Amino acid sequence: MSRVVRAGALSVRWEPRAAAVGVALLAVGLAAAVFVVGTGDFPIPAPEVVRALAGQGDQATTFIVTELRLPRAVAGLLAGLALGISGAIFQSMSRNPLGSPDLIGFTTGASTGALLQILVLGGGAASIAAGSVSGAVCTAAAVYALSYRGGGVNGHRLVLIGVGAAAMLEAGNSYLITRAELRDAYEAAFWLTGSLNNRGWEHAVPLALALAVLVPLALAYGGRLKMGELGDDAAQALGVPVQRSRAILVAAGVGLIAAATTAVGPVPFVALAAPQLARRLTRRTGPHLLSAGLMGAALLAVSDLISLKLPAAVPVGVVTGTLGGLYLVWLLTTTGRKGTT
Amino acid sequence: MSTPVREAPPRKEPVSATAAAGRAGGLLVLAGVLVLTMAASLAIGAESIPLDRVVAGLLHPDGSREALIIQDLRVPRTLLGVAVGAALGLAGALMQALTRNPMAEPGLLGVNGGAAFAVVLVIGFLDARTSLVYVWAAFAGAAGAALLVYAVGSYGRAGATPSRLVLAGAALNAVFSALTAGVMLLDPRNFDGFRFWQVGSLSGRDLEVFAQLGPFMLGGAVLALLLARPLNALALGEEAGRALGVNPGRTRVLGALAIVVLCGSATAAVGPIWFLGLAVPFMVRSAIGPDQRWVLPYSLLLAPVLLLAADIAGRVLARPGELETGIVTAFVGAPVFIWMVRRGKAPKL
Repeated sequence: MSRVVRAGALSVRWEPRAAAVGVALLAVGLAAAVFVVGTGDFPIPAPEVVRALAGQGDQATTFIVTELRLPRAVAGLLAGLALGISGAIFQSMSRNPLGSPDLIGFTTGASTGALLQILVLGGGAASIAAGSVSGAVCTAAAVYALSYRGGGVNGHRLVLIGVGAAAMLEAGNSYLITRAELRDAYEAAFWLTGSLNNRGWEHAVPLALALAVLVPLALAYGGRLKMGELGDDAAQALGVPVQRSRAILVAAGVGLIAAATTAVGPVPFVALAAPQLARRLTRRTGPHLLSAGLMGAALLAVSDLISLKLPAAVPVGVVTGTLGGLYLVWLLTTTGRKGTT
Repeated sequence: MSTPVREAPPRKEPVSATAAAGRAGGLLVLAGVLVLTMAASLAIGAESIPLDRVVAGLLHPDGSREALIIQDLRVPRTLLGVAVGAALGLAGALMQALTRNPMAEPGLLGVNGGAAFAVVLVIGFLDARTSLVYVWAAFAGAAGAALLVYAVGSYGRAGATPSRLVLAGAALNAVFSALTAGVMLLDPRNFDGFRFWQVGSLSGRDLEVFAQLGPFMLGGAVLALLLARPLNALALGEEAGRALGVNPGRTRVLGALAIVVLCGSATAAVGPIWFLGLAVPFMVRSAIGPDQRWVLPYSLLLAPVLLLAADIAGRVLARPGELETGIVTAFVGAPVFIWMVRRGKAPKL
């Protein structure tokens, strides 16, 4: 189903189905974002939102749209993109659908770093970001180093060790929550669930900057993941420098997860479900980072819209966790096949 | 006289009589260690009490401060530690044998998540604050979650394969924890009631909790131990198991029942404790091999030793306050687990 488009020395593989799915997902994500921007104490109809975004709305509407609500929608789309891509990287590398950053500790590590800042050191947005990034990086480095043995990292070992690290960090997070003042702890728990409430440009802009560097890096090396899935030896024989590509992709994946967690908290399940869903829609056998990312963006934007429409104010993480889990349950009960591993 | 087929040891290699004697000896040593750990649990705490005074306090409660500490605080705590540890160790071993999955664990298969959800519902909507209400809610939630995970995991043609069960557990755990967060965050008061439950701890439970849940744990433990032989036969495969006179369906149902009772009562008693059910059978199997007739009793004894040790460490490390038991088990269990994975002792999923 794939065609190759050549322009001089450059050649790009062109897959009509994957492209169509990608465009559709992008449309869904953007449409959901427009409705998110329109939802609130002052509802704004979708056409008005679009007009304001195009710079043609009246002053009050434009202010509400671009200053108050747009950052939330942008942060949601970008964080979803980051989560989807990162999930695809780690699932492919561990050759295990459970090898998503939520389950192997990276997200938990980012939360630990942020919690330490929020509850113990009491820093502002910038230091929470620094805490979350260093938490994710330290956790990933530790999990990666502990999985490194006999000259390489084995995917199966990475998942097991990641699950161990996640359990330990989870306990640490609960400990911090019990030791804090009620108000601080409540705020931290809200953050820990993954929330897009009160997101401003100070959250969206750093996320966009991080993604501008990390997404191209991940996509450039992502093509090698498919060969990696053949097994280390086969990939090596095909001339892929397995360990170096893996190290670069791990770095990009950790960076993405840290950036997303910093901006919106550890939103569950998007990183786990987006690559699986994207794979089913595009009917590709190998990983495809871009469609996983677009799926993540659409998922998070739609979930945010749902969370806004619910009668009680629940954080978006409640919606993604519920929907993602129910999706997996549905997948398990409708496919009589032997799991998805 | 029983038929010779039933008596055949369901193992590939016959184990010599000396090895069996060695294992029985090991079991005795472990029992001794458990008794010592219990004594330490009575003696060590924010206030250390010499062992002779511990014995005196137990035998002749004279109303002194030390006797009261021992009777009201440390005895319930120690008894609960033994019961909960044994229940979680057995439940983990049973789960791993039934699902043939070394990563099967009460927490991983949705039980903790279901219990937590039930507790937060009770806190949020019934406004209940007493621990006995929590206990029964957690029991119901854990049992419901375990049954649901099993039903989802075994639905369809392929049946309950290990990977499907783990995925079902992960999926439902996510749903439960999302809903738990939803209820918990509706109101700061809900959150305050729940945040202390969600770190498992042995402290602050009285003897009534033990009295109410003890019979369930005992029943679950007896059932679990009776399943050792059929589980061994099933480990050879469904067909071979049937040939050895084991009914696979009945073994699974009874096993699931034992797991539900054991995990449900343990989680209800002390809150979610992670890692013990994963790490203990894992350590036992790497030490003595896969024969369930030994794995189950060893897990039964080793898990309470580790849980009590974690509880004691929590009291010593943070004196005069303490660290919750669930936190210590995770911080001790995880490195041991990681070390074993690195040494390549982890069986394949």
